[in-house]
Amino acid sequence: MVKLLIGKKLGMSQVFDTTGVVTPVTVLEVGPCTVVQLKDEVTDGYRAAQIGFDPQKPQRVKKPQSGHYKKAGTGTFRVLREAPVADDSEISVGDEVAVADVFEVGAYVDVIGTTKGRGFQGTVRRWGFSRGPESHGSKNVREPGSTGMHTYPGRVFKGKKMPGQMGNRRKTVKNIVVVQVDADRNRLLLRGAVPGPAGGYVCVRAAKTPPPAKKA
Amino acid sequence: MRRLDDLEQGYMKNDLPDFRIGDTVDVSVSIVETVEVGRGKTEEKERIQIFNGTVIRRKGSGNRETFTVRRIVAGEGVERTFPLHSPKVRGIEVKRMGRVRRAKLYYLRDRTGKATRVKEKIWDKTRMAYEKEKKAARARAAAAETSSEE
Repeated sequence: MVKLLIGKKLGMSQVFDTTGVVTPVTVLEVGPCTVVQLKDEVTDGYRAAQIGFDPQKPQRVKKPQSGHYKKAGTGTFRVLREAPVADDSEISVGDEVAVADVFEVGAYVDVIGTTKGRGFQGTVRRWGFSRGPESHGSKNVREPGSTGMHTYPGRVFKGKKMPGQMGNRRKTVKNIVVVQVDADRNRLLLRGAVPGPAGGYVCVRAAKTPPPAKKA
Repeated sequence: MRRLDDLEQGYMKNDLPDFRIGDTVDVSVSIVETVEVGRGKTEEKERIQIFNGTVIRRKGSGNRETFTVRRIVAGEGVERTFPLHSPKVRGIEVKRMGRVRRAKLYYLRDRTGKATRVKEKIWDKTRMAYEKEKKAARARAAAAETSSEE
């Protein structure tokens, strides 16, 4: 079985439990994903599956990709991603994987997505720098301040927080709890927020470093 | 958010009365207490507490809707905000209908004593018709149930 599925963020909501506790949730439409290509030790040096999500009309797919789909004999998709495969599982091209096959309630998952783009932002918004005084003749309102020391070291250290592009980059949020799995509607309800806008594509996988299990 | 409506529907109550801003309501809230029963034993006990006051705000949509009830307790203004569809809110009963001209009654916060009163609406055509229709629907449902049992 594949260990990662592609999904689409539908938006956020909240759910109640029987005692009235409200859980904020992000609703994802995850899968069904179709296996389009298999990678194995012989040809690629490792095992993996390429999965497709969100069917696309064949005439809208780019020519090279359409040949790829033709070879697989599957439908055509908007998104293709590579997913790791569990070592002992049987899998073949054309297999459909649904949410309920991979995730269960209470499990921890990681969500990989592209964050909302914020454009070119200054240090105050991008890194949370404090701003200077606005009055008493100050001209240091939203300036980045000093970027380093003096003749020694004579350079700006790498990684110095400066203005620049904020958002619109790949981000992984780890250890999100699965609140609900709706097999009928292919929905996954996760506690809290995930990167990206509603309608954006995300990848969901079982958590790589789940928190240690609590002692009973 | 429209495409999540079906999800939220599942968490919504469909037996809510038609209460509006300015109405005086009784809200039944479930409270779970841990009571000591004998030596070291505890038991969870549930009881219903009633909070009475004026509805000053309704906010949000779908299953995220909340409402705020304000009342004066011992000379001090107390406001409680409830998630409308929370299972802890067991029931809402309209005691008096209020005649108000705005959607949020925040102005009540600046007032004390007699000025906090909201004029009563004695006659609300649309709402009475609505309640009547709901009552009739319940009666129909009950009738249908008894006939199917026979």
